[in-house]
This record gives sequence, structure tokens and C-alpha cells, in this order.
Amino acid sequence: MPPVILLGPQSHKPDAGDALREAGLKGPVALVTAGYQERETHEGLLGNLGVKTVNLTLHARSEDVFASDAEFAIAYKARQARLKAQHDMYRIRLDHAFEAAKAISVRQLESELMAEEREASVRVLRNLDSEHLMRSHAVASAFDLRWKPSERKVIARHQKELKKLLEPCEAVVIAGGHVASLLYRMRLFDVVRLSGKRPIVAASGGAMVLTERIYLFHDFPPHGTGVAEVLDVGLGLVKDLVVLPDPRHRLSFEDREGINRFVRRIAPAACMAMDDGARIFAERGKVTRSFVHRLLPSGEVQAGWVP
Amino acid sequence: MTPLAIEALKAGPHTAEAVDAFLRAHSFPLVEGPSITFVFRGEAEAIHLKHWVFGLPSSQQLARIEGTDLWYLTLELPGGSRVEYKLEVVRHGHGEWIQDPLNANKARDPFGANSVAHGEGYEIPTWIHPDPESKPGKVDELSFDSPTFGRRGVGLYVPARFRNTRRYPLLVVHDGHDYMRYAALGSVLDNLMHRLEIPEIIVALTSSPNRLGEYANDERHARYLTDELVPFLERALPIDARPQARCLMGASFGGVAALSTAWRRPGFYGKLLLQSGSFAFTDIGDRNHRGPLFDPVVAFMNQLRARPKAVSERVFVSCGMYESLIYENRSLVPLLKSTGMDVRFVEARDGHNWENWRDRLREGLSWLFPGPFLMVYE
Repeated sequence: MPPVILLGPQSHKPDAGDALREAGLKGPVALVTAGYQERETHEGLLGNLGVKTVNLTLHARSEDVFASDAEFAIAYKARQARLKAQHDMYRIRLDHAFEAAKAISVRQLESELMAEEREASVRVLRNLDSEHLMRSHAVASAFDLRWKPSERKVIARHQKELKKLLEPCEAVVIAGGHVASLLYRMRLFDVVRLSGKRPIVAASGGAMVLTERIYLFHDFPPHGTGVAEVLDVGLGLVKDLVVLPDPRHRLSFEDREGINRFVRRIAPAACMAMDDGARIFAERGKVTRSFVHRLLPSGEVQAGWVP
Repeated sequence: MTPLAIEALKAGPHTAEAVDAFLRAHSFPLVEGPSITFVFRGEAEAIHLKHWVFGLPSSQQLARIEGTDLWYLTLELPGGSRVEYKLEVVRHGHGEWIQDPLNANKARDPFGANSVAHGEGYEIPTWIHPDPESKPGKVDELSFDSPTFGRRGVGLYVPARFRNTRRYPLLVVHDGHDYMRYAALGSVLDNLMHRLEIPEIIVALTSSPNRLGEYANDERHARYLTDELVPFLERALPIDARPQARCLMGASFGGVAALSTAWRRPGFYGKLLLQSGSFAFTDIGDRNHRGPLFDPVVAFMNQLRARPKAVSERVFVSCGMYESLIYENRSLVPLLKSTGMDVRFVEARDGHNWENWRDRLREGLSWLFPGPFLMVYE
């Protein structure tokens, strides 16, 4: 597994360039900005990196795949529609599980039973997450088995080009953006395998994609209250970690009960809030150093967590 | 507790200069905590506050401060309230309804404009104003030849970044042209898409020359929308032709039209957005106090109440607490929920008016069409 550096959001104070300098990476570096979809080639998505860059343009390549390989495109879109439908159903179950947990939490129970019930409520959430991940993974696996993406002519051609583009690159830098778009395009072209042992620097949504499980969250949605939901399995280059970028704008730190429930829901993985300037360094999948805020089961936030 | 400003004026001196100073020192209506004081200056036999807050007397007389030409009325309004009103000025035994000359806040509607009082805590949403950062969608007007109704004009909102290679959800809005004119629908759509709170959608804006007839559970209307207009749009534009990508929306009688059309074509529309629907019903007998115009609505609602069924997947219902229809809307929600449909109900301290419907659009649209904001981490 390649060495990995995870960063926080880049939209307010981009620091990916600082991270490259700190790591002694002089470039050129390969850029993955597919999370920005049609805007992937826009300048300055990660600020000024200060090194020569080569954009892998995964979004444009995927558009080319869908335009050139109609049979594959139809099957791929059907797969995505299936994943979306499964996600919608998971979401309904999740909402009802939260309602049930809330209803139970106001019952007058003796404290020992209440503690057990709270644990049971968290277990229900964990089970829903696990089931959803399992089913999503099954759909993706069945698709790969049936369609063998890397053996499709147009994808194989793009992979060959990507390999060539990567050759002179010292590292790969992954920007955030739309995490599903980013994840599925990285998977489509098997970018992690093509990158080999090159260090990977990934920011915000890019950091989420490199972990084992991607949780979507926002405590201030335009309607009602936010309930975090698991999107899919990530690329798994950093283990035992869930990252929550941009917590200042997306997390309610006052909601200790909510933090407590989420931390227990994702345990034993650690929950990391990654604000501007945050860093997580990982070697062989394990975190070695970090400068982040860790959310604790008590609902408190521990600054400057060191593994 | 600090006395209200009007009390100081009442205490005297009752001079024209004192009234001038009072008017210069404040904006009107004067909001002081939960108290709101309406003021009129001028010679008249009487001044009445005319408003549409169900639950309060709809006409209330302003008192004159002796020796002056200043009239006032203080009401208590719960926080977050928004009230539309006019003043009736009675001269020579004849009453004339006017907008409050001391209040610049106006709300337009198809009948003209009303003055608007914002209670403590009410804020005009930021997302209703054109935002230079948001790319405006394109609005066109097309003529549609309906076998049922003949030629009809239909407005079409297409998102700014429209691309033929994508598939878009479709929102059909009853009285859509009025929503654009009086509820800032265009800016709201532009802004919610820009903020990623809703996905890019195509919106059809329908209007009817006989809305009270066609909207009241009329099979012709259901046929026009479902069998004619929507298929036409789905052929002409890259629209996602699945029920979960289709939404019917409407306010007042438009809400009845949306719900009754979905009832007549169960499963076709996966989403409904119903605002202050005129869902009149009876528990016994078939005549509602609202009059014969509502008879077909009552018949429909009584049928729905007797045998509720799931006709859609997600239903957003909103209503103002200050409208008489709050009772009907509150009654509808548990019925819809009992069918298994996913229902969200939102009440606001507002009346039966376009700005109430405007203010609920963000919550309604983003709940029915969740945008990618949850997916984006930059």
C-alpha cells in the first residue's frame, strides 16, 4: 500500500501545495479532480501546488467510455440506478431506525435497561450500514464479474494512457468534490493499482474515498435534521478510520448525543474531523501521525489526536 | 419592561410636531418584541386594519390619539409571524382599502398587492433573491395542443447547465406562471441548484383559464397532464421518465389538482408538493361551509378519507397557521401517512398567500429532490 497523506477542505485555505513541500515531493504529480466532474480541468481547484501537474482527467475519460462503448454504458447506468435505488431504500430504513431510537430514548426505563436499549439502537444502525455496504459491494462485484471493465477495449486504452501519464509522476494528488463521482471513476479505471507505490495526497472528499467506509453527513441540511449515511465502501488505503471533512460548516459540535451515537456507530474505526490544515499520515494502511480533531464516544472533541 | 413607543406619544404633548418626530424616529409597522403597532396618519372617520389572519377578527379599528390625526392599533404577534394586510380608510361613510403608506414592504399577488408586516424573528429568506453567483435557468413559453383542452401555453424552465446527454427530473407546477411572478420560483430554482440543495431539474409551468373548475378533481385535468403534457415533454426533452423523478406541485386549488391527479393516476407521480391545499371535507353530509365551488373537492376528499391509498411515494405538505385551511391540511397528513407514503408536513406563521408558499419552497423542494450537497466535499 502506498504512503498516504490526508488533508482537510481546500475551498477556504488550500494547503495541498504545503503538504507536498512538507513531504519533499517536488513533482511532477498526477492530479485526480474527477470529483469536480465537468469542471475537473479548471485551474486552482487545490490552490497553487507549486509543482508541475498532469491531470488524469478521469471524468472526461469516463464520458468517452460511455460515448464509445454503448453496451457497457447501458449496463453501467443500470448498475448506478440500482445502487441509487438501494441507497434510497437504506435511507428510509435509516430514518425509521432513528425515529425508533428517539422514541425509545424518551421512555421511562430503569437506567440499566435504558443503557442496553441505547446500545441496541446503535447496533440497529450499525447493522443497517453493514447490510447496505454488503449489498452495494455485491452489486459492484457482480457487475465487475459480468462486464470485466479492464478488459473493455476503450477502458483498456485509457488505462494504458493513464499508466504512461503516471510514469514520470512522483505522487498522486486527489482533490475532493462529488465523492460518488470521484469514487466510481477511480474504480472504473483502477487508478490505485495504476498508481503503484507512489505516495498519495488526498484532500477532503478525496480523503473520504481512500478510507474503508464513506459516510455522508451534514448537520444543517436545508430540511429537517441531518442523519449521517454510509455511501459505499471506499478504496481502503487507510484503515480503521472515518473522516469527516469541513466539520466547522457541516457538524454540530453542540450535539453531543449525536456525536456519541455516530462514534459508537462506526466503532472500532476512529472518527476524524478534518478542518483547514488537518493532516493524517498513513503507512501500509495504518495511521502513523496526525493533526486532526478526533470525535470521542463522550461526544467531546479531542484536539491534536495522535494514534 | 420598556413601554411601547406609542405609549410615549399618547402621553403627550399631542402636537403635530410630536407626531412628526414619532414618524421620523420609527419604521412601520412598529415591531417591539411580540407587539406590533400599525399606524396611519390622516383625516378620516375611521381606520380599520384588514388582514387575513384566521383566528383574529379580520377587521380591527385603529384608535385615534386625541388632538392629532394619528391612528394606531397594537397587536400581539407570535415570533416569526408574517402578516399581509391593508388599511381601510373611511371617509364620508365610504371605506377605501389602501396599502399602508408608511410601510414599504409589499407582497404582490394576482389581485394587486398587500402591505406586509414582519413579526419579530421573521426574516426574508436569502435564497429568494437573484444571486450573481447562480446561473439563471432559461425560461421559454411553448404552445401545446392538448386534445382535451385545445391550445395551452406552458412555461418551461430549463437549468442553466442543461445538457442533452443528461436525464432530468420533471417538476410540473400548477399556476406556474404565478409562482414565477409572485413566489420568485425562478430565482429559488437557480439558487437551490447553485447551492447543490436540489439537483438540476426541468420545470413545466402550467396555468388554466378555469382553474376552479379544472383543478377540483376533474378527469380532464388529470388526462391533460398525465396522458398528454408529460408524455409530450418526455418525448421532447431528456427527462427521466420514472415515477420517482416526477413531481406535481400546486397551492390552494392547485394543491387539490395535484393530489386529485395523482389519485386518478396512482403511481405515475412519485413526488407531490402540496401547499395550503383547499382540501375541504365533511364528516357528515356532503355540503361544506365553503360553498358550492367546493362541492367536487368535498366529494373527492371524502372519498380519499374513506379509503386512503398510496398514490405517490413522497409528499410534502405545507400550510400557514393563519389560514382557515390549516384544519384541513392538518387532518390530511395522518391519512396520507397511514398509506405508507413518506410524508413531511411543515406549518408556518403565515397566511394563504404567495410569499408563504415561496418561503416553504426550499424545504419542500430539497426534501423531495435532495441535491448533491451531501455528496460534495471540496
